[in-house]
Amino acid sequence: MSEFVIKSMKDLPSVHLLGAGTAMCAGCGGLQALHEVYDLLGHKTVVVNAAGCMTLLANYPYTPFRGSWLYTSMASAPAGAQGVRDALDILLEKKRLPPEENLTAVVLTGDGSAYGMGLSATSAAIERGLDFIYLCYDNEGYGNTGQQTSAATPHGARTATHAGVAGFGGEKKDLFAIWAAHRPAYVATVIGAEPLDLARKIQHAVSVKGPRLILSLAPCPTGWDYDPMDTVEIGRLAVKTGIWPLKEYRDGKVSHTRVPHPRLPVEDYLVKQGRFAHLFQPVRNDKLIAEIQARVDEYWRDVG
Amino acid sequence: MTRALLTGNGAAAWGARLAEVDYVPAFPITPQTEIIETLAGWYASGAMQGRLTTLESEHSMITAAAAAAATGARVFTATSSQGLLYAMEMMFATPGWRAPFVLVNVSRAVATPITLEPDHTDVLAARDCGFVQIHCANAQELLDSVLIAYRVAEHPGVRVPVLVNQDGFYLSFTREPVELPSMDSVRRFLPAFAPGEVAFRASKPVSQAVAVLGGASYSYFRYELHLAVMQALVAYEEAAQAFAAEFGRRYSAVDTYRCDDAEVVFFMIGSFAAKAGDAVDRLRARGERVGLVRPRLLRPYPADAVREALRGKRAVAVIDQNLSMGFGGVLYAELAAALQGRPAMPMLCSYVGGLGGRDIRVEEFFAMAAESRNAAASGAVPATRLLYSGGELREVRKLQAIAAAERGEAGARP
Repeated sequence: MSEFVIKSMKDLPSVHLLGAGTAMCAGCGGLQALHEVYDLLGHKTVVVNAAGCMTLLANYPYTPFRGSWLYTSMASAPAGAQGVRDALDILLEKKRLPPEENLTAVVLTGDGSAYGMGLSATSAAIERGLDFIYLCYDNEGYGNTGQQTSAATPHGARTATHAGVAGFGGEKKDLFAIWAAHRPAYVATVIGAEPLDLARKIQHAVSVKGPRLILSLAPCPTGWDYDPMDTVEIGRLAVKTGIWPLKEYRDGKVSHTRVPHPRLPVEDYLVKQGRFAHLFQPVRNDKLIAEIQARVDEYWRDVG
Repeated sequence: MTRALLTGNGAAAWGARLAEVDYVPAFPITPQTEIIETLAGWYASGAMQGRLTTLESEHSMITAAAAAAATGARVFTATSSQGLLYAMEMMFATPGWRAPFVLVNVSRAVATPITLEPDHTDVLAARDCGFVQIHCANAQELLDSVLIAYRVAEHPGVRVPVLVNQDGFYLSFTREPVELPSMDSVRRFLPAFAPGEVAFRASKPVSQAVAVLGGASYSYFRYELHLAVMQALVAYEEAAQAFAAEFGRRYSAVDTYRCDDAEVVFFMIGSFAAKAGDAVDRLRARGERVGLVRPRLLRPYPADAVREALRGKRAVAVIDQNLSMGFGGVLYAELAAALQGRPAMPMLCSYVGGLGGRDIRVEEFFAMAAESRNAAASGAVPATRLLYSGGELREVRKLQAIAAAERGEAGARP
């Protein structure tokens, strides 16, 4: 795919590399993104996994991956990628590994690791200039354990640890900005429901070296409480309402790859999810809905 | 072969250099730091070929070490105390990857209170994780053990990481004359690492460390790991023999000193055993039949060799430089398990001492030998003793009085 530039949906890979029948939930938005990403990365990869939902993708003796896999821990997947990359580089240098046997190290983590326990290891990997790709599937909570609040949980969402009428009172951490502040080779937000935007970004990530970090919103039927058939629609609404901005950081600048216009009310996105049901029932919480809308408006006002 | 005056840390670094390690993931911690600084210098100068990468924690460091070993590089790393504890999740996780590497732990007591000097509570916290453990008493043994460790770790029937232990300060910072083996002789003893099937390659995808569902699969892999570590008993013996043939120094799994006709023996690990050896010489000079047994290998546990060393003895003074809270000494418990139900086995007496670098004085060795001998004669097992002197207690009381005076407490005087 080196010379080939993805321009339209027709250019997306028609052969899918990730096997079916995994232990993921039906309608998993993280798996959707992973499918699309893996089709482009290919099998010459070592997927270095951090503890999270995707840990159960490779379940002895089965794996959906055509390439390699290494499960590490919740905190240290970037360090695993560092060890793999360093070893490959050393073996190539010492001519103990033919160049055609080389691999790309790909970290795969959920938001629990990426925004929290694994953030120190990620920061250090970026600072060391590690040549790797990092994919976070962000379902905005500790999904694998039943959607407790994580550092990625948005304001107002109900979680297993914030189940009251106001939901979670804190704010979603701006991981994109934290990553970008390290000035890595590339940072992008993506979503599986926008496969063309995702593919262009992965294609760019593959074309450069250094730390390349991809943050995918991962609509989660079980954690967000909606019908699995709605994953794509909710993903599209996340973009159209502006609550999940599609953007990238490259060459020191942040640019938006999709500016929703007209921007739909955020309520259209919230109302479809059980985790926000307390905003609408038994009585409508206009104040909290307005608060959430105000945050989104403020974001886009700053984008200009 | 040349001779050099090396600290324990220097000897450990030389072991890694002579093993021609490809990769050192590193993180500094006292008293280990000199090892990684030395190696960093050698990579920078070109004396070693490969790479040293500074990680942001020991947890990440062990992850990177095992990941690089699983990719086919020969890997060395080092830590100590709180660092080993911080890495503990990965100490347990990585042996199951069956990717061999060597970790030198420079023993240092653990918090609280935080301190710098040694005991073995840190390394014994890692006893159940699947690393082979080799315990060293001097700088030469340390350098040699690093080389032996690679041969054991990379043995096709073993393939687990090996931890080589030395005591902080007492050994890590003490200079001793050390013979540096020639590169040629080391290469004869330790061939280049052959990763075999366990290596990430584009043409041969590997799924490493995958999840299992259910106790049957889980138990299978855990038993397999246990049996692999047990295999290291044979691999260690084979390596020790080959080492002796090449270099003339013989490192048995269990070291014995003046034991043949001994009635009472001291039983301990690490560099403090030199203090016991000194006490043995003095007691022998008085005509007492006393010896010293020092296991080098602690995992796998060399039960047969330990029984062989202790058969027919009257009493053993087990000196634990560690403290399992609410129980006592770890070596004592394990030794009791190894001897349980066997004929002609000695009385065991348990002593805890040398915590946080506290000295064990020769008079204390005399007292332990006497008490153990008496216990064997009377048949009454004494309770575990925590070694401490009236003088030490007075020193602490003085500090407490100063602390009270500093706080301005009524009636307090320094």
